[in-house]
Amino acid sequence: MTTTDTVRAGLSATELAAVRADFPLLARTVRGGRPLVYLDSGATSQKPQVVLDTEVDFYEERNAAVHRGAHQLAEEATEAFEDARSAVARFVGADADEIVWTSGATAAINLVTYALSNATIGRGGEAARRFALAPGDEIVLTEAEHHANLVPWQELAARTGAVLRWFGVDDDGRIRVDEADSVITERTRVVAFTHASNVTGAITPVAPIVARAKEVGALTFLDACQSVPHLPVDLHALDVDFAAFSGHKMLGPTGIGALYGRRELLEALPPVTTGGSMIEVVTMTEATYMPPPQRFEAGTQAVAQIVGLGVAAQYLDELGMENVAAHEHDLAVELLSIADIPGVRIIGPAVPEDRLAVVSFVVEGVHAHDVGQVLDAAGIAVRVGHHCAQPLHRRFGIAATARASASVYTTSEDVTAFREGLAGVRAFFSVD
Amino acid sequence: MSSSLEQMYQQVILDHAKSPHGRGFVDLSEGHLHGESHQINPTCGDEVTMRVEFDTADPKVPTISSVSWEGQGCSISQASLSVLTDLVTGAPVAESEHLGDLFRQLMQSRGKGLDEDLEDELGDATAFTGVAQFPARIKCALLGWAALRDTLATSGVLVGPSATTADQSSADTPLPAQSPQAPQENR
Repeated sequence: MTTTDTVRAGLSATELAAVRADFPLLARTVRGGRPLVYLDSGATSQKPQVVLDTEVDFYEERNAAVHRGAHQLAEEATEAFEDARSAVARFVGADADEIVWTSGATAAINLVTYALSNATIGRGGEAARRFALAPGDEIVLTEAEHHANLVPWQELAARTGAVLRWFGVDDDGRIRVDEADSVITERTRVVAFTHASNVTGAITPVAPIVARAKEVGALTFLDACQSVPHLPVDLHALDVDFAAFSGHKMLGPTGIGALYGRRELLEALPPVTTGGSMIEVVTMTEATYMPPPQRFEAGTQAVAQIVGLGVAAQYLDELGMENVAAHEHDLAVELLSIADIPGVRIIGPAVPEDRLAVVSFVVEGVHAHDVGQVLDAAGIAVRVGHHCAQPLHRRFGIAATARASASVYTTSEDVTAFREGLAGVRAFFSVD
Repeated sequence: MSSSLEQMYQQVILDHAKSPHGRGFVDLSEGHLHGESHQINPTCGDEVTMRVEFDTADPKVPTISSVSWEGQGCSISQASLSVLTDLVTGAPVAESEHLGDLFRQLMQSRGKGLDEDLEDELGDATAFTGVAQFPARIKCALLGWAALRDTLATSGVLVGPSATTADQSSADTPLPAQSPQAPQENR
């Protein structure tokens, strides 16, 4: 992983202890007084005190409607709201006006798919014609997608007559990028793919997919939900057209996420949700719309959550994403050692290179739910099920996996406790 | 291991999960009323397809002559299917509905269980009392019972002689899965 000239990136024991002290929930006990071992950050992260305080402070000191009202509170609320946009934009290597607030990554993906639909039926005028889809046009996905980056595209295809194609994944769970030339064709209009799988943890090589998409003039859409909280992400450098990520996985509040879009694309894209706050002139029969990002932010926004998310981005920024990634790389190495436990099989890359500290696995002879239950009794929180990725599980011929996923506050001790708990599972169920 | 974990994974549950009864479809007898239901637990992908055959020789008291199923899932769902198979095979349909109601009550008991006489009726199924302490697992235990209820509702067996006004076969007019008892006004 990344190193500097003088010190290896990562978190020292002192720094890690300080980080953990910032997360009040990590101090609680579960299941009869056991210390919590939280290994479900891939589903949702815990929140540092500063994020919680920021939301309370917003309501106690600054709460007002943003972008309207001439009073001092409205000014302060608007400033906090837009400062958060700038902070989040900086954090992901975007410009502030390229960040659209949404209720989450799912909403961000649906926003784009419905905007393309609207363009297809002629909304957005001449500028939006570039987004129109015709029957037989192709939308390219991957077999590793979360349902949130799959089902909205299925629906778009059904509405427009477009056809779905997809990259397969190899036996290690890595996307078959080598298939790019055959999967992405002259008919491809959109390529939507995950930056990192929430199941296998595999990090997708973005550059070759973007390069191939550009060759054929296709739009690219990156699901960055799993990458933004765990890796340095520079969306301009990645050169994707759109991206989505959620706040609650990156130490921020629930109910808030963001859509990134290249400025000239957002400017040409017709709105989806319409109403107040996104218009310029309204008559009884029609309306004109504001430029992005406001064009896509109808109605009252989740202001307190947005301000909290801005602080979460700053919190990660201050730790340094190089350090976060290096720390989690070490955890990935330790998590992968569960492959030594008899009966445990990892679904995903067996090596820590180009993967996150997200490790899904099966225990031969024991269902994932039962694995999770035994771990839970020891205070260890993991995710079980299909993790909203049924096609990927089907690819591996399984219905469910258990998944341990780390975050910046995860420790070696957490992983050790998990390893020990997991080692006892087959004995509990008398499986040999 | 914590005591609540052991309360949940009673030996009888582990035994049923290891060699479940009723797994593997049996061939249906010619001319016998039967029903089939496919149920999934969308949160974990567990699924079951249940096939139930009825004996309607006495039209006033139809009974369940066989239960068989195919599926995959956690030990709780598999053991529950197995126990269900034992409990309702050979039982009058009305009795199987009653047992289903009792089992659903048990799952809502938050682990406290039911009155002793009711638990006696449930037999091995009372072993699932501990499951009711874990809200996320109640659906696992109910998967098979949901399949049974759906099977009864859609097979037509509930449209018995007391409902002779329903002259259509229920295959054409499936009853809503959520209220299979609705047509049984006389219960």
